[in-house]
Amino acid sequence: MKFPRAICVLMLSVGFVSGAVADEFSQADLERWQAQFDGVVKEGRGLWTSGNLGKNGVACGQCHPNAANTHPETYPKFQKQLGKVANLWEMVNWCLRNPLEGEPLAADDPKMTALLSYIMFERRGVKLEPGKH
Amino acid sequence: MSETLGRRSFIKNAALGLSASALPMTLVELAFAKPEDSFTFAYISDSHIQHIKGTQFVRNWDRGLIRAVAETNLLTPRPDFTMFGGDLAQMGSKPELDHGAEMLSKLRGKVYHVMGEHDYYLDLGEYWSKLFGPQYYSFNHKGVHFIVLNSILTYDDWTFNRWPSAEQRMVEMSGLDNPNGSPFMVGDKQRAWLAKDLAKVKKDTPIVVFSHSPLQKIYKGWNFWTEDAEQVQALLAPFDKVTVFYGHVHQIQYNQIGNIAFTSAMATAWPWPYPQSYAQAQQLLPKLTVQMNRADPFFERDATGWQFIDINSGRADVSFSLYNNTARRIVFDPKSGQPQDTAYQAADQRIAPQTHY
Repeated sequence: MKFPRAICVLMLSVGFVSGAVADEFSQADLERWQAQFDGVVKEGRGLWTSGNLGKNGVACGQCHPNAANTHPETYPKFQKQLGKVANLWEMVNWCLRNPLEGEPLAADDPKMTALLSYIMFERRGVKLEPGKH
Repeated sequence: MSETLGRRSFIKNAALGLSASALPMTLVELAFAKPEDSFTFAYISDSHIQHIKGTQFVRNWDRGLIRAVAETNLLTPRPDFTMFGGDLAQMGSKPELDHGAEMLSKLRGKVYHVMGEHDYYLDLGEYWSKLFGPQYYSFNHKGVHFIVLNSILTYDDWTFNRWPSAEQRMVEMSGLDNPNGSPFMVGDKQRAWLAKDLAKVKKDTPIVVFSHSPLQKIYKGWNFWTEDAEQVQALLAPFDKVTVFYGHVHQIQYNQIGNIAFTSAMATAWPWPYPQSYAQAQQLLPKLTVQMNRADPFFERDATGWQFIDINSGRADVSFSLYNNTARRIVFDPKSGQPQDTAYQAADQRIAPQTHY
């Protein structure tokens, strides 16, 4: 436990010296975070429209222009075909396996994060309705 | 419904080798039509045959077209011809057009073709024309004047100057929601031809027009749109009975604008969302349209299909043969002067899967 404590002490002292407080952030921070998100959305759009995500050249966007008919606001929901309440990433993997004839992605794969970010971005402004069919 | 059920059950029974139990279509044809005024044709569209490499093609899209061809061949009585509504290929390549043409060659009887943007933007329709002939034309059949337009042209600057290669031009136009795309149009040259073609036709002759894109404006972002739609409609306005069929939208749509009845075609490949499903879009889906059921992705062929069409006294009776749903039938109703669904038109007759969001 010695080493982590040393890191804690170091971090505290750095924080103290710089004057940073946990719940304060600047306009520059907001812009940086937004740019990070926008970059991942853009990456997601790239994957969405790419024929290389699966193995048969089919792209997500062929059936889902602007990620329409993905209904991210309704997940998690009971998916009768799976017989359980499922997350959206599980449905993305269903599509990767079937229409795209490819391999599924891990839930925390950066590519999955990018795909979900793009889907959510295109659905912005729609109210959450988990469970809806 | 008797016609739809009669023919659908015929298809099913024939497939099972039980055709003797089925009623041929003509026995239940609408009473107001003189027999010589009535005929049928099949309408298949948007197969998007997609080449992977070598001899490999996307299996899913192949299956959709193979099924439509097989079912069309089971129709009794035989349809007078089959219309293919465009987008036979996905990326306009020779392997795709050849493979699609080979599957279509199994259709019995005459096949006519409409140009789609996926067939066109690689070589501007050159190979397609070698296989299928002119890109716009007209013909007469049993008293009806048929017109086929190439409605997927666009501004010359986009077509000829914007892209460094033909391949990139095809890629840019193939993405439905691609902001680098360009609006479809019939164009001045073809509208001049259309005006000349129509000048020879009597005003009471029924007219049936085929285009790939809707000759009406629904949603520009996905090219559910033709830039000069109003100008084409104006050329058709003087005629008593006009029906426009279009593909491209991969969903059931129908509308009435003045004297012109519009009906879309299902795709054999995959369904598209209604534009209202895109939360950021402004769109104008015709109020008349009762939407198709939302697609169940676990059924590969759900929300795909093909159409058979009865022309009765110059008006169209469109049956949507849906692979995983109850068939839909959209019939021109002379009383209201517009096409209507025979089962679901009234608001209280609609079912939950027809709600899109």
